Amino acid sequence: MLTLKPTQTQLAIEVSELKKVFRKRDGLRAPLKEEWALKGVSFQVREGETYGLLGPNGSGKSTLIRILSTLLTADGGTVRMLGYRLPEDEARLRRKMGRVSVDAAFYKKLSPRENLLYAAQLYGLEPRQAEKRAMQILEQLGLESRRFSDPIEEMSRGMQQKISIARALLINPPLLLLDEPTTGLDPKSRRDVQAFLEDLRAREGTTILLTTHDMAEAERLAHRIGFLAHGRLVAEGTAEELKRLAGTPDLEEAFIALTGEELDEEAGGL
Amino acid sequence: MLERYLRPMWAFVFRDWHLTRRYMSWVAVFVFYAIVNSATIALIGKAQDDFRLTLTLLLGVLLWSFLSAMYNEIANSISYERWEGTLEYTFMAPVSRLVHLTGVSLFAIIFSVFRTIVILVGLVLFIQVSVSGANLLGVLVVLLVASLAFMGLGLMAAILPVMSPENGAQATNIFQGILLLVSGIYYPVNVLPSWVQPLAYLSPATYALEACRKLMGINHPDSTPDKLVGAPLSSVLPELGILLLMGVVLIPLGLLVFHTAEQWAKRTGKLKRTG
Repeated sequence: MLTLKPTQTQLAIEVSELKKVFRKRDGLRAPLKEEWALKGVSFQVREGETYGLLGPNGSGKSTLIRILSTLLTADGGTVRMLGYRLPEDEARLRRKMGRVSVDAAFYKKLSPRENLLYAAQLYGLEPRQAEKRAMQILEQLGLESRRFSDPIEEMSRGMQQKISIARALLINPPLLLLDEPTTGLDPKSRRDVQAFLEDLRAREGTTILLTTHDMAEAERLAHRIGFLAHGRLVAEGTAEELKRLAGTPDLEEAFIALTGEELDEEAGGL
Repeated sequence: MLERYLRPMWAFVFRDWHLTRRYMSWVAVFVFYAIVNSATIALIGKAQDDFRLTLTLLLGVLLWSFLSAMYNEIANSISYERWEGTLEYTFMAPVSRLVHLTGVSLFAIIFSVFRTIVILVGLVLFIQVSVSGANLLGVLVVLLVASLAFMGLGLMAAILPVMSPENGAQATNIFQGILLLVSGIYYPVNVLPSWVQPLAYLSPATYALEACRKLMGINHPDSTPDKLVGAPLSSVLPELGILLLMGVVLIPLGLLVFHTAEQWAKRTGKLKRTG
């Protein structure tokens, strides 16, 4: 792997030789097929840093985020986040991280208020304080307060994604895992979310791991970027370093040059 | 205590109440259907002009309605989350499975008790049957104690949608159907094929029914159509003891089975395997 190491030693995420394989049988008598989603991925993220993971569909981004979110068990390698090891310390780690996924998963019949109060109580927060905080975040994200009691199913995807971000931030987590948080959003919502994340990082010093397809977003938000392809991290560094490494003027060309793949390539989801 | 256990547990009651509220017209339709269905069964006894048969059927239909509603709420809680797409968020919350599933069960019990009372009132009004003299409070105690055992069974059934996103929800119905068959809800267990009869003693519904029949005074020789002679709660202590024991065994067993299934799902990517 082509790598440019972080200079600080205070690490929020340390992933080493992470491996994940899915086994599948097509029919009762068919042999078991192995599909390697991650083939030994290693990277580190400093406290307060935003690290962008870029890769096409099927590159292993979501598998990686799910392992870090404690929703998948790795088949090899080690993960340490905020000083806790996975899977041993997963219960303690869950209190310290928020996650936003590409699909804003909510109880669609419930309102934002009901969904957020449910999430707050799940994390043991006092409902009134949590409600106040949720309203603050939603207003910062540009959501009108008169919509707080409408069913989520009546809201646009952009609005749903903003509520999803508010939910992840209710506990004010030091670590935020963002799995393609702006995919499918309109340009205005995308800009709102990106500006909010920049502000959050500046205000709270939150460590952010961000997966995205969007080169411009990665360049805008991420201090460092890792290129993931076929379950391997093939290069990492700042956007400028990666462009220099590939000898290309923009990040997309750097990605193609270093991974041999197009970012919008459709592949099997892992 | 409040932050780690009670508030997260209450979160599930809060969520399920608001979801039920949003689907209130569905709830009304299902309760109406349950009343009609129960009435058609209980009227078989009425046609025979046999108040004991009428009450046996009435009790069977009510008890089954309560236990199956509760079992369904728990067993399908995972399926609902799969449909909504919220399963991963629930599973990554800092909540132990005991707190999670107790919260789900707590709402299921409250909801099922309320639903059963509404059905009972509807039935009593419709088929003009007297429950005067029956120990209804005792019946409620038996239902609550039986709930523990059914909660354990519900937890075990809830793993099916964890293990199979496509077929798990349907498979919980097979489990429920077997319970209905072997528990003698509408008939004595001895009419079942001899090889099935031992299974009746493994079902908590068998003991709950036996206890409730005594508390209602259905088979008491002095009971009349106008006045039943319900037994005191002390007379069903053996059945309560067995139900309690079943709950004490089945709940931890259910949690263990659920934990094992969850670990398997996390290894194989069954919580979600796309993206």
